[in-house]
Amino acid sequence: MSISERQVNNGVNVQALLDARKALSDAPEAAKFQWRASCKWINGTHSHSTVRNFFGLGGEQKHRTEFSFDADHPEIFASEDKGPTPVEYVLIGLTSCLTAGIAAVAQNRGIQLRSVAATIEGSMDMQGILGIDQDVRNGFDGIKVKYQIDADATPNEIKALVAQSQKRSAVFDIITNPTAVSVEVN
Amino acid sequence: MRVRSVRTIDSVIVGGGHAGLAMSRCLSDRSIEHVILERAEVANSWKTERWESLRLLTPNWQSRLPGYRYEGNDPDGYRAVPELIEFLDRYARLISAPVRTQTTVTAISRAYDGYLVKTDQGEWRCRTVVIASGACNIAAVPSCATAVPAAVRTLTPMQYRSPQQLEAGGVLVVGASATGIQLADEIHRSGRPVTLCVGDHIRAPRLYRGKDIQWWMDITGLFDQRYDQVEDITRARQLPSMQLVGTPERLTLDLNTLSSIGIKLVGRLAGVRDGIAQFSGSLRNQCALADLKMDRLLDSFDLWALDHGLDGQIGLPIRLPPTAIEESPRLELNLASGEIKTIIWTSGYRPDYSWLHVPVLDRKGRIRHDGGVAESPGMYVLGLPFLRRRKSAFIDGAADDANDLSGHLVHYLKRVDPPHRLAPAC
Repeated sequence: MSISERQVNNGVNVQALLDARKALSDAPEAAKFQWRASCKWINGTHSHSTVRNFFGLGGEQKHRTEFSFDADHPEIFASEDKGPTPVEYVLIGLTSCLTAGIAAVAQNRGIQLRSVAATIEGSMDMQGILGIDQDVRNGFDGIKVKYQIDADATPNEIKALVAQSQKRSAVFDIITNPTAVSVEVN
Repeated sequence: MRVRSVRTIDSVIVGGGHAGLAMSRCLSDRSIEHVILERAEVANSWKTERWESLRLLTPNWQSRLPGYRYEGNDPDGYRAVPELIEFLDRYARLISAPVRTQTTVTAISRAYDGYLVKTDQGEWRCRTVVIASGACNIAAVPSCATAVPAAVRTLTPMQYRSPQQLEAGGVLVVGASATGIQLADEIHRSGRPVTLCVGDHIRAPRLYRGKDIQWWMDITGLFDQRYDQVEDITRARQLPSMQLVGTPERLTLDLNTLSSIGIKLVGRLAGVRDGIAQFSGSLRNQCALADLKMDRLLDSFDLWALDHGLDGQIGLPIRLPPTAIEESPRLELNLASGEIKTIIWTSGYRPDYSWLHVPVLDRKGRIRHDGGVAESPGMYVLGLPFLRRRKSAFIDGAADDANDLSGHLVHYLKRVDPPHRLAPAC
């Protein structure tokens, strides 16, 4: 039995994704999305962020419910540790994006996943953000992701899933390529 | 001022390269009166827009044109450019191709029941037009090129001839497909240290199990795969060229070979900010994708060999080592530091349709067509990547495409009314 004939269910509606791809290639304006978040300072390094609305398919859209996130720094930085650090949110963003991509690509390729687990490490030299050494950058000097995947596929097919997921990942692109950022104050 | 008349003909072919010549032969066979308009001479791009060391990526035997094939004593060799020019010149003479040389098409527009083709040597009216002006007229230069400091010289492959033309010092080669790897190799060997930007690429060994990779592509039917048989034709048409070089030694030139002579691999050029070139952090994944894709290709060849009883008659299956990437590839390079004297844009080519005044281009400037039948009635296009078949952009791909499209063209001419008389030109 060939791969495509197998009944595969990773909980991804690939047909909907393929239909969307077709629709958006015919209507490039509808493909323009804007993602938004709001952030409020609470106290010290603690802030509270929410996401609710976004723009896409030519109009305003919203999540089913508002999601909220606390960010803070750990106690060793004399903070109160009310939430993950902002850089940990970046790591979460990357692995959750890659993991979603793996499921979608697997579904499209007719590969049944049984388990997918990832660990991610971003290494950072604090001499950068503390301004001790100006040759050291503020951000990560490297990120390592390790996947453990149990699936109905050969080792090379699994590697190809992970590679293709990186190729199509928004967060992977955001992290590996520069993005122009403008910050305004009023 | 001399008044030039408007001539009328069944078909005008734009471009006297291999594709235009193949179409000419097919139209002659079908008794269609036509003319080839060529801006300079037959095989002009090859004569004026290629570097000195270039050899074709396909072996000599694999350049079968309608009624014409290689008959020399080195079928497995790769033609240097002068031999290719001679090969095409001879074909043009053999088929008595009606080529108007030194005739540059300046505009094509719809007129009456066909097209008006303006050239610097007068005008033509035709019911059908075949665009065979090539896929590689303009080097694709990334938009960040404008941010490169003025002290760094930038070149396209069309301007590049040989390493001796470059100042001593470092060279950044942007793009690692066939052109990029070939230029990187010869420039680095000339003593100018090369840094190579590697984005999306297709890795392939020159020889596999003793046979040329192009032999495998041909014999297994991959080259004959049709445009309406692949899942995503838009993507297939944008695939970069395979990392290949044609050398008398039939060498494989891949990123590992380039690293081994000291070329530094970096990620895709993502931007230039404040004079600093920024490279994508995706290098490792780009290489992983290419390694996996190559292995899938070789797996399919092995399967074919097994099915066709070739095992035992040809070499054993092997796999190349994965592409080695250093622990932390450079992410930045200060272009103002003097380390880099020259940048060469080897990030691809695109056709030039600035003279095509017919509403047939999509928002990316590509001709909208169905297997070479353009969306404008009576217009055809030839010689583009995966136009009708995977081999369409190769010399060896022109015969089948020209045969199919000339058949379509003949039927089209039979359907439409005879041309209206043009009002006399004033």
